[in-house]
Amino acid sequence: MSVVFELGEISLFSWGALRGFFTQSSRLAKLTLGIHEIGLRCFPIIATVGLFTGLVMGLQLYYTLVKFGAESALGTAVALSLIRELGPVLTALMVVGQAGSAMASELGIQRNDEQIDALQTMSIDPLGFLVGPRLVATLICFPILTAIFDLIGIFGGYLTGSVLLNVDSGVYWNRVFETVTWADVQGGYIKALVFGLVTISICAYRGYNTHRKASFPGVRGVSESATRAVVWSSVTVLAADYLITSFLL
Amino acid sequence: MDSFLKIRGLKKHFGDNRVLDGIDLDVEAASVTTIIGKSGIGKSVFLKCIANLLEPDAGSIELDGQGISKSRRRANSDEGVSFSYMFQNNALFDSLTAFENVALPLREASKLNKVEIQERVDEMLAHLELSDSAARYPGELSGGMKKRVALGRALITKPQVVLFDEPTTGLDPERKFSVFEMIADYRERFGFTALLVSHDIPEVFEISDRVAWLDEGRIKFFGKPEALSTDAQSVLSAFLSKANYGRMSSPLHGVTK
Repeated sequence: MSVVFELGEISLFSWGALRGFFTQSSRLAKLTLGIHEIGLRCFPIIATVGLFTGLVMGLQLYYTLVKFGAESALGTAVALSLIRELGPVLTALMVVGQAGSAMASELGIQRNDEQIDALQTMSIDPLGFLVGPRLVATLICFPILTAIFDLIGIFGGYLTGSVLLNVDSGVYWNRVFETVTWADVQGGYIKALVFGLVTISICAYRGYNTHRKASFPGVRGVSESATRAVVWSSVTVLAADYLITSFLL
Repeated sequence: MDSFLKIRGLKKHFGDNRVLDGIDLDVEAASVTTIIGKSGIGKSVFLKCIANLLEPDAGSIELDGQGISKSRRRANSDEGVSFSYMFQNNALFDSLTAFENVALPLREASKLNKVEIQERVDEMLAHLELSDSAARYPGELSGGMKKRVALGRALITKPQVVLFDEPTTGLDPERKFSVFEMIADYRERFGFTALLVSHDIPEVFEISDRVAWLDEGRIKFFGKPEALSTDAQSVLSAFLSKANYGRMSSPLHGVTK
């Protein structure tokens, strides 16, 4: 019951933040900061993890496919796995680790330091001011980061498959372009949007409500909020992935 | 007494703990009223109820004859906001400079244009002797300077009532006096009504027009600071005697009121 109640609270929280954003002044400047925080700062980790994921997948799938004499399907296997599943999921997990935890901690400290109360006394909507720009930035950045992850991952698969293990590069790329459909890409973007909204909402909600949700006050409460934000976001991403995949397939 | 801020039957409880148990208070316009009482007795809760940061369980708060919610609806008007709050720990935004912190309520919640905001904030920073530190971040400012930035932010919207929650906590005696002087000075200059929570007895009485003693969830004494020494309530006398009232002379004496 409490989970349902909390889901309702998070939904209202996110709605309030999105609605609040559109009543803010200097929206573009705030959105730019949000894009910097969630998009640009996460880019290096997304690119690195994407590359290594592609490299490992190239290796593993090659040695599996070669047993069946089907190594020419490497491009298909790498691209579809990344675009449909691993890209959106790993991107979400990386952004949670990089930006989500930082956001939960920052909002928790701002709550403890009474900065959020201060905004209220200044007649500034704290949700619209602090959370709204980040949520909108998330909706913009997540699909782009996922696309970057997918592209670099597919390139990583090419490096191990074609450059290292001698799968013909023409075959590899031909299989990628031939088998990946718009529906696969669309499915990946739907997941990216849902994961982005869910993870950043949970992280922001946990940090913003540190005073109500954490078992301890002060610094321990902030650390607990950040930890729970990361854990719950990650679990929710995996659960949501299963649900969305069930609907898409 | 012509009351500007009128509080009646204010109640607030947390679980079984009745923190505020029917507070009645009348505050005159452009006066300084200091709330004293033991730590944890509910002084900050009282201020937060007035500032709408906490929802009272019962009671009414009227400002200039209007209910508090109606008054707060005027918050974004050009006349200035109804209430402003200066937090105990300043609550400044670390990522904003002193200028940006002071300008924040105007940028986000007023209809003033950039030039007007710039002029008003520059003027405020000059009053607070912070012009040279306008571009510095809170982490680069001393404790006293942070207090002044917080005061500037609280006053920039020309509020009718300013709530000060232990504004001198953590300051050395010299800085305490300068903060009290500042409050008294700006009250004179801007004409706001101040409600102040402080443990700095008797120093704070020098700038206070009225003192309210909060005990067991109610205002047990309300009057001029001079009347404290003649009040017969034994509990209040014991409290004041522990706070050294009557035994110290204040360096602020005669400076402010």
